[in-house]
Amino acid sequence: MADVVTKPVDEYEPIIRPILEVGPKFKRWATGLGAVVLWSAFAYTWQLYHGLGATGLGRPIYWGLYITNFVFFIGVSHAGTLISAILRLVGAEWRRPITRMAEVITVLVLFFGVGNVLLDLGRVDRAMNVVLHPHFRSPLLWDISSITVYLTASSLYLYLPLIPDIARLRDCTGGWRHAFYRRLAIGWTGAAHQKHRLERIISVMAIIVIPIAVSVHTVVSWVFAMTIQPMWHSTIFGPYFVVGAIFSGIAALIIAMAIVRDAYGLEKYLQPIHFINLALLMLVMACLWFYFTFAEHLTTWYAQEPIETAVFNAKLFGRYAPFFWTMVATCFVIPFGILANRRTRTIKWIVVASISVSIGMWLERFQIVVPTLSNPRAPVHTFVYWPSWVEWSMMAGFFAAFTLLYMGFTKLFPVISIWELEDEAAEAAAAAVPRAEVQRPLVATEG
Amino acid sequence: MARWGLVIDLDRCTGCQACVVACKHENNVPFSTPETANSGRLMTWIQLVPVEIPGNREATATPLMCQQCDRPPCTDVCPVSATYLNPDGIVGQIYPRCIGCRYCTNACPYAVKVFNWVPPEWPESMADMKNPDVSVRPKGVVEKCTFCHHRLQQARERARASGHDVGPDDYTPACVQTCPAEAMVFGDLDDSNAEVSALANGPRAYRWMEELGTKPKVVYLREGE
Repeated sequence: MADVVTKPVDEYEPIIRPILEVGPKFKRWATGLGAVVLWSAFAYTWQLYHGLGATGLGRPIYWGLYITNFVFFIGVSHAGTLISAILRLVGAEWRRPITRMAEVITVLVLFFGVGNVLLDLGRVDRAMNVVLHPHFRSPLLWDISSITVYLTASSLYLYLPLIPDIARLRDCTGGWRHAFYRRLAIGWTGAAHQKHRLERIISVMAIIVIPIAVSVHTVVSWVFAMTIQPMWHSTIFGPYFVVGAIFSGIAALIIAMAIVRDAYGLEKYLQPIHFINLALLMLVMACLWFYFTFAEHLTTWYAQEPIETAVFNAKLFGRYAPFFWTMVATCFVIPFGILANRRTRTIKWIVVASISVSIGMWLERFQIVVPTLSNPRAPVHTFVYWPSWVEWSMMAGFFAAFTLLYMGFTKLFPVISIWELEDEAAEAAAAAVPRAEVQRPLVATEG
Repeated sequence: MARWGLVIDLDRCTGCQACVVACKHENNVPFSTPETANSGRLMTWIQLVPVEIPGNREATATPLMCQQCDRPPCTDVCPVSATYLNPDGIVGQIYPRCIGCRYCTNACPYAVKVFNWVPPEWPESMADMKNPDVSVRPKGVVEKCTFCHHRLQQARERARASGHDVGPDDYTPACVQTCPAEAMVFGDLDDSNAEVSALANGPRAYRWMEELGTKPKVVYLREGE
């Protein structure tokens, strides 16, 4: 086998080993997910051939599941870069084992966010028109611009801290892996000047990505808020979406951490403290989310403007009420109940809360897109929107493809930043040295 | 340049829908079945909808088409400028450029823009009866009333050939031409001598949803007592 570890194993071997070994469980999952992706490829071919008539959409509900997933995926992308950058900037040491897992989510999920917009285009063959005939007054163009910048910045922000770990893999592998890592490591030797430069770039990038990340979800909200449609035309949509994005992002990160921890046996690195700290952050976001949702709906209800009230009633008491109240339960009641209680702040329950939040935040995106379109100002005929099998298949395919790519990443790169853990250990050792020096003479005199 | 506008007298309108039929034929708007209409896929550039007009006890059956806003909410949001306000004041659609994102359909408060969910279809007997002056839209693009813009282009060509300007009688959309009750008046809203501008500035004139600041160029006349 060409991939055998050629260097003596060290204490970070548990992180390296899952990269080089592919177990039967991994293969089973990869096959299953691959089948779902293949099925969605068939569904997409079907849609290309039949047009968007293959969806359940119609007038006036022109946007549905695809746009819901677009907003959801872009929201989840805030898991990574934003959380990791903030934790880096405030110097939260506990962040070290989790930042990379978060950053990978960001980069991968962004592609699927963009993919959903492409799915939704009636003429995807003309998608390049946004470059050839850009109209910058359109919030969609703002979106394209900020997502492009975000994708570039977050890819760089994922890659830079990977370099020392890639070099580590380069030094302990042979065959195609060695050649692959050698190219990606761009000559990293771990020299002091290299390290100094890398750390400076990373801290600069951490500052740059924060405003970019905030802008991305703000602009996504503006796609809705800039129109004059009822319950879209809201000034708090920008911050409301950003809060929801970070909220769903943390939930996605916790789920990913739990799966990786369990699948690769990384209990030593991903400790309860990491889950608990993230859970507390998620608890804060749950409260913020509730505050924004309450403010948004109270304002609409109090004014009793007929057009807005029609959407409000459809959401809270009408056709969409089951979704709305499930959303309130899954986004606030359940996570708050679990996370506010110290006894239920265990990994198992935190994961339950995260799954609940993920479902709730998806429902929230659906609640924003569909009820407004179902209750237009003009008294035209409306219908009940239900996504078609093509739309559900594409959704399943995208979730499967995302999981598959994430799994693929774990087989190429360490999901935990080894060099940052090493640094932490070195710093801790350095801090411990003076005490040791004081003690040693004492021992010597006694002897 | 003229600012083309349309006045619809709801007192005269009988709701016969001749305008709807005329528009469908003139503009090659595909046929729809009741099933497609129920699933929200009705293709139509003009249709009768019940509109609540201030001062009226009951909703009035009102011909609804693109309101040709002077400040159209749909054109701002188009990412590729496929829909735009042209110098004639008509909101245009560039079918070969449209990417089918349906942002304009969602931004329009009148819900008058329709999307080609499927390729256009006609019954066999009608297949060869399409208007050669109007292009057939492919699947995946947005379309809507253009005030029969092709007729303006023809009028312009005729006027240029004879060395005149386009006069008030040279250009009329198909719906206006067809209306048996003569409830529709079309013309230049900036021409103070035109009947259309007199009616549009009259006491019965009403612009639908004008409180949104869309400045529509379709003007409705309220019913009398």
